[in-house]
Amino acid sequence: MRTLLGRIGLAFAIIVIVSPAILFFLWMLSLSLKFEIDNASYPPVFIPERINWGNYAAVLESKRFTTYFFNTLIVTGAATLFALMVGVPAGYGLARMRARKAAVLILIARITPGLSYLIPLFLLFQWLGLLGTLWPQIIIHLVVTVPIVIWIMIGYFETTPMELEESAVIDGANRWQVFRHVALPIARPGIAVAFILAVIFSWNNFVFGIVLAGRETRTLPVAVYNMISFDQLSWGPLAAAALIVTLPVLLLTVIAQRQIIAGLTAGAVK
Amino acid sequence: MSDLTAGKVVAAEPTAAKANTWRPVSYWPFIMPAMIVVAAVIVFPWAYTIWMSLHEWKVGQAPTFVGFANYLRLPTDARFVESVWHTLVYTVLSVVLPVALGTLAAVVFNNRFPLRGLIRGLFILPMMATPVAIALVWTMMFHPQLGILNYLLALVGLSPSLWVFHPATVIPSLVLVETWQWTPLVMLIVLGGLSALPSEPYESAQIDGATAWQTFRHISLPMIMPFLFIAAMIRMIDAVKSFDIIFAITQGGPGSASETINLYLYSVAFVYYDVGYASAIVVVFFALIVTLAGALLHLRQRTHWNDGGGSA
Repeated sequence: MRTLLGRIGLAFAIIVIVSPAILFFLWMLSLSLKFEIDNASYPPVFIPERINWGNYAAVLESKRFTTYFFNTLIVTGAATLFALMVGVPAGYGLARMRARKAAVLILIARITPGLSYLIPLFLLFQWLGLLGTLWPQIIIHLVVTVPIVIWIMIGYFETTPMELEESAVIDGANRWQVFRHVALPIARPGIAVAFILAVIFSWNNFVFGIVLAGRETRTLPVAVYNMISFDQLSWGPLAAAALIVTLPVLLLTVIAQRQIIAGLTAGAVK
Repeated sequence: MSDLTAGKVVAAEPTAAKANTWRPVSYWPFIMPAMIVVAAVIVFPWAYTIWMSLHEWKVGQAPTFVGFANYLRLPTDARFVESVWHTLVYTVLSVVLPVALGTLAAVVFNNRFPLRGLIRGLFILPMMATPVAIALVWTMMFHPQLGILNYLLALVGLSPSLWVFHPATVIPSLVLVETWQWTPLVMLIVLGGLSALPSEPYESAQIDGATAWQTFRHISLPMIMPFLFIAAMIRMIDAVKSFDIIFAITQGGPGSASETINLYLYSVAFVYYDVGYASAIVVVFFALIVTLAGALLHLRQRTHWNDGGGSA
């Protein structure tokens, strides 16, 4: 009897705890599928009788959406790949050198507000004449992606065994070969974690784009924000646009929740 | 500062070649590319910001050296002083609420139940979702006439609120969004702590007939304190810097009722293009974050001491 009550209590507690998250996204979905009459009605319509796919069509068909989507893809993709290229070897080197002090620099990067990088780099990009291209955003997104990758890779390489690497050295492999053929293959799960988190945080970034992006170089979060202020006042298309922008991240989170949780708590729990 | 770092790297190279030993110098080539990137996008901006903060400089004009004039201007700038208060209120609320709720959620998630992984995945969605997209939907929910929140208030018999559209309620409303967004991170950190606890104290507590609350209060809570502290620290750092949500929902308004330091900094730098003054704000802002972190550390050491006294 007591365990049954306990089970009911637990089920109730779980529902209470997850409902704010679930109901919010369901409401977002509901807003995005309704006609304007339903969105403006009181009491609110939760499950519409007529579904308006037109909201999504309106967003996806607009010519600029494709541009902004590819802008986001290029900025996030380039910033993440470059961060992996420099960050994975760096995490390896720092872990093997046991240079924990280097992590302080990453902590400082974590503490510093994003806007403070923007002022000097904005002036630099202006001076270099790069504004109006995607380069400023790719470069400044490294502020987000490089520290994440280094941080996670230090943690990961510290846990991988040294014995294999040592025996490879005895067999005559040089440092680079050991890294390339021994350490790197073992570190694949860690690289996956670093990749996923770097992609998500870069994709979500808003503050860099709002300053550095021009009309042609906006990323999706900036484009959505501009929709609120200028183009759109009706809720349906706005909610649809918001959902389209964040959907890749939501899917990635549900699919890779194990890796994401491991990565996010890596620094904190150790 | 960037010269200094580069100098170190160059100095380290010849020793590597000469000694030709295992470690630690031979790993420098692995680190160098990242060092260059970090110097360019993190160290350079920092050094340049400090230099700029000593100059009167608007974009398009030549900088003139003014010493600490920009810093001295800060305490007399009413809008800045006000923004500091907004930031502190916003931060305290955005630490306390998520830490309390996140701990509760962690206790629940520390049980075994079916579909736990999937439910945990759904639970962390708010913190992974694109903040601007989230902000957009919250703005609709806050709408005084058509928003779902006032409908929900009416359902339970409460009078409607103006939410982010009134100076008195705007910061609590934004904290509501921040709490909704970041409670999951606290939950993950505390859950990491809970799942690492030994089982013996719980067994003896059960034998002694302790209630669930007593067990939590006297066994779990003291042991997960370090994790609560880490969660509070991370939460503090993120809450102070909060930008996306506030900017997208209120832009610091109504009036300047929700203008935090970060929002004001944005205006000074990219609306007024007063980069010298903005750089001084950056430096003071950073100092404030470090001070708050120090205060939290101090608080932790004091409670630690009390805990030790209590158990002895």
